[in-house]
Amino acid sequence: MQIVVAIKQVPARDSAVHIAPHGKWIDEQDLSWEINEPDAYALEAALLLKEKHGGEVVVLCAGPGRVQSSIRDALAKGADRAIHVECEGLEAMDTLAVARLLAAAIAGEKPDLILAGLQSDDLGMGQTGVVLAELLGIPHASIVMELEVDGQSLRVKRELEDGWFQWVRLPLPALVTIQSGISKLRYATLMGIKKAKTKTVQKVEPPIATDHHSVAMHRVHLPERKKQTRLISGAPAEAAAQLVEILRSEVRAL
Amino acid sequence: MNGVLAILERRGAGWNRLSGETLTAARELAERERQPLLCAAIGAADGFVAGPVTRAYAVQHELLNRYTSDGYILAYEQLIREVGPAYVLLPHTYQVRDFAPRLAARFGETLIADVVAFGDGVFVRQLLQGKLNADYRHTGRGPCFVSIQSGAFQAGQLAPAECDVKVFTPQIEPSQIRSGPEEPFRMAAQTVDLASTPLIVSVGRGIKEQENIPIVAELARALGAELAASRPICDNGWLPMERQVGSSGQTVSPKLYLAVGISGAIQHLVGMKGSKAVIAINKDQDAPIFEVADYGVVGDLFEVVPALTAAIKKTKGEMTSTA
Repeated sequence: MQIVVAIKQVPARDSAVHIAPHGKWIDEQDLSWEINEPDAYALEAALLLKEKHGGEVVVLCAGPGRVQSSIRDALAKGADRAIHVECEGLEAMDTLAVARLLAAAIAGEKPDLILAGLQSDDLGMGQTGVVLAELLGIPHASIVMELEVDGQSLRVKRELEDGWFQWVRLPLPALVTIQSGISKLRYATLMGIKKAKTKTVQKVEPPIATDHHSVAMHRVHLPERKKQTRLISGAPAEAAAQLVEILRSEVRAL
Repeated sequence: MNGVLAILERRGAGWNRLSGETLTAARELAERERQPLLCAAIGAADGFVAGPVTRAYAVQHELLNRYTSDGYILAYEQLIREVGPAYVLLPHTYQVRDFAPRLAARFGETLIADVVAFGDGVFVRQLLQGKLNADYRHTGRGPCFVSIQSGAFQAGQLAPAECDVKVFTPQIEPSQIRSGPEEPFRMAAQTVDLASTPLIVSVGRGIKEQENIPIVAELARALGAELAASRPICDNGWLPMERQVGSSGQTVSPKLYLAVGISGAIQHLVGMKGSKAVIAINKDQDAPIFEVADYGVVGDLFEVVPALTAAIKKTKGEMTSTA
């Protein structure tokens, strides 16, 4: 089967982030970058399906030149080829504009299945995949933990709230957004890294105007502290002694 | 376009808790914008709780008896086209996350998702796992779609709607529903009830390896607390899923929540921010967990936790010996 996996490159977890002087986004200098975690699981799900059913895994990624490193990571793990939508300032576009970019970039593809992570770790709007399905006119299922392909249909296990789950059947082609942690992530092998260098990365220019927007992020700022956190300092033993005192006299847990 | 339409979500025979919070947010927005407050939900007109609203819609169709995104989108699209609200507010539940982005896209709009506050034409949402906030403005020509984060607004008393509840019947054909949902199920009976336990020690990614879990388990035992975890720990199978706190796990409000090596992603915070006292131990002083912590230790958990466990044991020993 033909599978397209949409991935996004985001600042590495635990990066120290600083607001850029213009106040509209973070300062991207000196950040390290990685594949958005849920997208890494979407890629893993695609590679597992390919191993079982055969076919091809195509990575789709939008962003500036730096995203090449994430595309190479995905190819080294086993994706067959990639489409790179070259554009700057994704953070200034709304979801609809980004989904339009992605939809246009895969107009020449005929995927049976499109996978994406359920949300990005940076903007966290959690809807690029779902909106992409709408633009392509195909059914979708979101927050999925397991996939079974059987002929022309797909059966997926959706996560609901409070520990509930539900299996849903969808006709193909379909789009599925993947929850983090659904399987172990593989590492790229040395052979994989070598092979990745010979795989095709097709670069496409943003195929449509990206200036239309329905919502605009116009300022980022530090959250106001709702609570005054009392910081406890000192060597571990001293900090522990202070915590015990707090647990006893203030929290009354001892 | 006029009016603030709150779309509410039923849960079994009652209402999803977040529906009440969304109604509060919608009421505040309606007052601020001097627009009428409207509300809608899929299902029966009986027992419709919305308090002082101008109009309430019970959206009914046999194809809506089981949730499908196709069905809900068709139904709400038709309702919104008929009612013509300026704003559509929804609770940021898993169900809304599944259908609302597509619903907004049908109007050429983008859902402003997981909003924590609003004011002066801006909607505030969190970025980068809660490290930053961002102000969003609606610039489209259609209705402004917004989903409300759990716990961001107080849920008021849910009183019966103070107006006639109008039944709205959308046009839906069976062929338009493409997905086939099966019965929802629970993986296993919950044997750990974190929701009613007074003391919780919770562990996150900072613990690094499964072999290190006993360090935190020992602290929980010394304190007489239940052990809980953030999602990645349960995903890795280091602790069972039933010990997970957060939007996909349990929501807790204990007397003490002691977070060890938890950075505090939004999905985790919504599950524990109702705790009476929060103590956080984390090496990163910028971790969002400190936003909700009453007491914080910025330090290496592998040094602080064993020291704390020893100090608690010593104190408890003294208390027993003097008793």
